[in-house]
Amino acid sequence: MNTQNTTDKNTVIQLTDVSKWFGDFQALDTVSLNVQLGERVVICGPSGSGKSTLIRCINRLEAHEKGTIIVNGHELNNDKNNVIAARNEIGMVFQHFNLFPHLSVLENLTLGLTRVRKFQKTEAEQIAMQYLERVNIAEQSHKLPNQLSGGQQQRVAIARSLCMEPRIMLFDEPTSALDPEMISEVLDVMVELAETGMTMICVTHEMGFARKVADTMVFMDTGQIIERSAPEQFFTEPESQRCQQFLKQILQH
Amino acid sequence: MSHRTQKIPFSSSATKLIRLSVILMMVGLLSGCKDVNWGWYVVSPFTNTGQTNLQFLLGGLWNTVLLSFTAIVISVFIGLVVALPSLSTNKHWRMVNRVYVEAIRAIPILVLILWVYYGLPVVAGIQINVFWAGVVALALSDSAFQAEIFRAGIQSIDKGQTEASHSINLNYPDTLRFVILPQAIRRVLPALGNQLVYMLKMSSLVSIIGMQELTRRANELVVTEYRPLEIYTVLVLEYLVLILIVSAFVRRLEKKMGANVSA
Repeated sequence: MNTQNTTDKNTVIQLTDVSKWFGDFQALDTVSLNVQLGERVVICGPSGSGKSTLIRCINRLEAHEKGTIIVNGHELNNDKNNVIAARNEIGMVFQHFNLFPHLSVLENLTLGLTRVRKFQKTEAEQIAMQYLERVNIAEQSHKLPNQLSGGQQQRVAIARSLCMEPRIMLFDEPTSALDPEMISEVLDVMVELAETGMTMICVTHEMGFARKVADTMVFMDTGQIIERSAPEQFFTEPESQRCQQFLKQILQH
Repeated sequence: MSHRTQKIPFSSSATKLIRLSVILMMVGLLSGCKDVNWGWYVVSPFTNTGQTNLQFLLGGLWNTVLLSFTAIVISVFIGLVVALPSLSTNKHWRMVNRVYVEAIRAIPILVLILWVYYGLPVVAGIQINVFWAGVVALALSDSAFQAEIFRAGIQSIDKGQTEASHSINLNYPDTLRFVILPQAIRRVLPALGNQLVYMLKMSSLVSIIGMQELTRRANELVVTEYRPLEIYTVLVLEYLVLILIVSAFVRRLEKKMGANVSA
């Protein structure tokens, strides 16, 4: 097991012995994980293993109950200001996109720009269009989200996060709700994003994507980090039996 | 399905309903006319007395409308404010909502009208006229139901919407205002329309404290003309027509707002 980390000034996310319960069910069991600036971490594991809970704790959509989480120097606790400061650094992409269905694509982006970052409307729209162009969806900017395909919606969701200029991006199974032919258009955007040096934590089962961009692979089961290694080692000679079994199952076809 | 996409709500469907109901009522009246000594002259538009009486009856229309609409606006506002603490994670806040809803919901509207008009001046030392007594009683009574409607609407919005707005650091008031409420209100519009119709009907109860609205006018005319059957039939038709018109407006509004999302 290689779960111990080194901490230095480049550490942007630092989880120490984080535990969380849902009722009697322990979703996270003393999880420790450090992420460096620019590092790309891919988390995988069977369903119910706690991987989504883990990244949801990182921007405090879930509150952890034991241990500490520090994001860029801000400890996540009941102090709202710390949470706000941390969320300023973090963007998040969800499995089900969670676009605002009553707002146009453009308005989905400008809402945060005008209300949180206090840009004027015209300026916000210019910025929003830049990001929509970046994910190749600028021509759809006046449509409503449900007039777009799933892949297009997810790209809008990525643009919505990016336009807030986060330093860290969290992806919670971004392609799991997509039809197979739309997965690659989203992964392409994510690969491009990785090439810009963005710090990324992705929960995904897309192992081709993981091989291509991951610096670190994390395998979770029963709320624990079972294995943490570089991709070459992870895919060729995983240490734990559970991880071997899991990889065998998902790479079977 | 096809008729739903046509733009017909106001002019034809409402007038059709009105015509149908008038015809049904006429048939019902005619079938029993052998035994009843009708006196339609009291409300006949072709005689002088009839015209004066009709004018007197319709004179209550504006008050009914004004009373109901003022009350519904206030009750929607109170309902929204009361619904918010029900969403809190703090159980004391949720308790505030529960107590309000349960207490107000348990008071019959008629009793509340009487209490506000006759009781409030004694208890609080404030004298209000019949109009505002009626508005206060109707609005309070309705606000408990509005609160439940808004709570249901807000809770029906997917949790992912709040999470997405948290993730871009939108604060709670902005999340409510720009993300949750626009979607929730759209969903509860049929229920709000329901309450508006209900309010128009319940406003008739304010006649008991002397508010000159439709029902009060009818009651007063009955006392002088002694023709209750004819006058109350006109009263029924007045409410029917008024509410059909309002319903048609609500449906129009629903379509207009719904069209934005269901595309």
